[in-house]
Amino acid sequence: MAEVPVSRGFKSKRQTSEQGRLPPGQYRTTDFPILSAGPTPDIRVADWKLALQLGGSLVRAWTWDEFEALPQTTLNTDIHCVTKWTKLDTTWQGVSFDDLLKSAGLEKPPQAFVMAHCDGGYTTSVPVEDLIAGKAMIATRFDGVPLAPAHGGPARLLVPHLYFWKSAKWLRRIRFMPEAEPGFREARGYHIHGDPWREQRYDGD
Amino acid sequence: MTATEAPPAPNKIAWQVAQVEAVVTETSRVKSLVLQPAHWAGHRPGQHVDIRLTADDGYQAERSYSIASAPEDKLLTLTVERVDDGEVSPYLLDELRVGDPLEFRGPIGGHFVWTRGLGGPICLIAGGTGITPLMAMLRHRERSPGGIPALLLYSARSLADVVYREELDATARRDNDFRLIYALTRQQPDHWTGHRGRIDKTLLADHCFPPAQNPMFYICGPTAFVENVSSLLVDLDFNPLSIKTERFGPSGG
Repeated sequence: MAEVPVSRGFKSKRQTSEQGRLPPGQYRTTDFPILSAGPTPDIRVADWKLALQLGGSLVRAWTWDEFEALPQTTLNTDIHCVTKWTKLDTTWQGVSFDDLLKSAGLEKPPQAFVMAHCDGGYTTSVPVEDLIAGKAMIATRFDGVPLAPAHGGPARLLVPHLYFWKSAKWLRRIRFMPEAEPGFREARGYHIHGDPWREQRYDGD
Repeated sequence: MTATEAPPAPNKIAWQVAQVEAVVTETSRVKSLVLQPAHWAGHRPGQHVDIRLTADDGYQAERSYSIASAPEDKLLTLTVERVDDGEVSPYLLDELRVGDPLEFRGPIGGHFVWTRGLGGPICLIAGGTGITPLMAMLRHRERSPGGIPALLLYSARSLADVVYREELDATARRDNDFRLIYALTRQQPDHWTGHRGRIDKTLLADHCFPPAQNPMFYICGPTAFVENVSSLLVDLDFNPLSIKTERFGPSGG
């Protein structure tokens, strides 16, 4: 492999307080950038339902009120976007994937992967391993207030230890599947797993 | 593929070193970097590359920049706007010289893309340096046969902030299938007859190809700009699935 050229005169502006919290190639931002492939959908909670599917059949669906009545979890975490920004110390509230499974009467996940389906047609696939044991939730609040539509409200998937495209906005349906299948971004050159600490940005990384 | 065959391992998008062939001053805050890649299999208009800087202590920083050049060009052009307290853009604008090596990889992205095979009409809507990936589309369209109907609505603070202005104006003068509308938000020249202020619903309704013609929309700019324009288009009954967006903030770069 060719030697990496040193960029003459280039110096880091990274703060020491960020050491160890920024995955490779990431920089810290203090605002909350938005990345979506299309317009923000107008979703009314009165019409909202979240469905859990297995093998084409419905395991359980929740209306907004039913979903809001599930046990609430708060997660303080850093988030990492594949476009290179990292936001430290974010606070989310919602329903953990573990509690969602319990509410659906599933003692353990029936298959090893899920596809998340969203309003507007977005999809992303996530290994169940990355969702259970408190690692992920369906988030409905950010910093204590209802999640803004542009940030995925009323409800988005939150899988903070993977690149943020896995934390699908406007979540409506979670479908179990036996094997990993590419979702929207994974079919467009992005990595199937997306671990920021291993810099799995693009296919083949 | 049979069940026993493993899928082929995807090839990594490898880092490569380009040489800086030219640095073009576009506006007071924007320059274009013209690069000669060692090898380049081409890109589709709208795609971006990642660039990587390495300090002498080994520290590395990466950023994404949209490609401004057409796939037909031999050289690769990136357009970079200054982020005042940024780590990478001040280096690219102030320190990088012709002949320097610059590490990059790509092309990346497959959604916010237009090629001539998709046809038209196309409505391109830019906020500030959000023009960059749209410029790659227009330059590709220029090299395509048979006028594909296109509109560019370009919102900038002032005429002096319009990137690629000479080229856009020249295209608009000679190409009857291309319409160019500037919206100047902060400062307008005397006797300005174009749009004053932000892009609004009336401007979109007056100039976009009507829904019956099934135009494809590509919107790129700061987050608030893209949010606003895309929701106005949905209000105007354009199909949300025909609206592709690319958002960026000035943060950090």
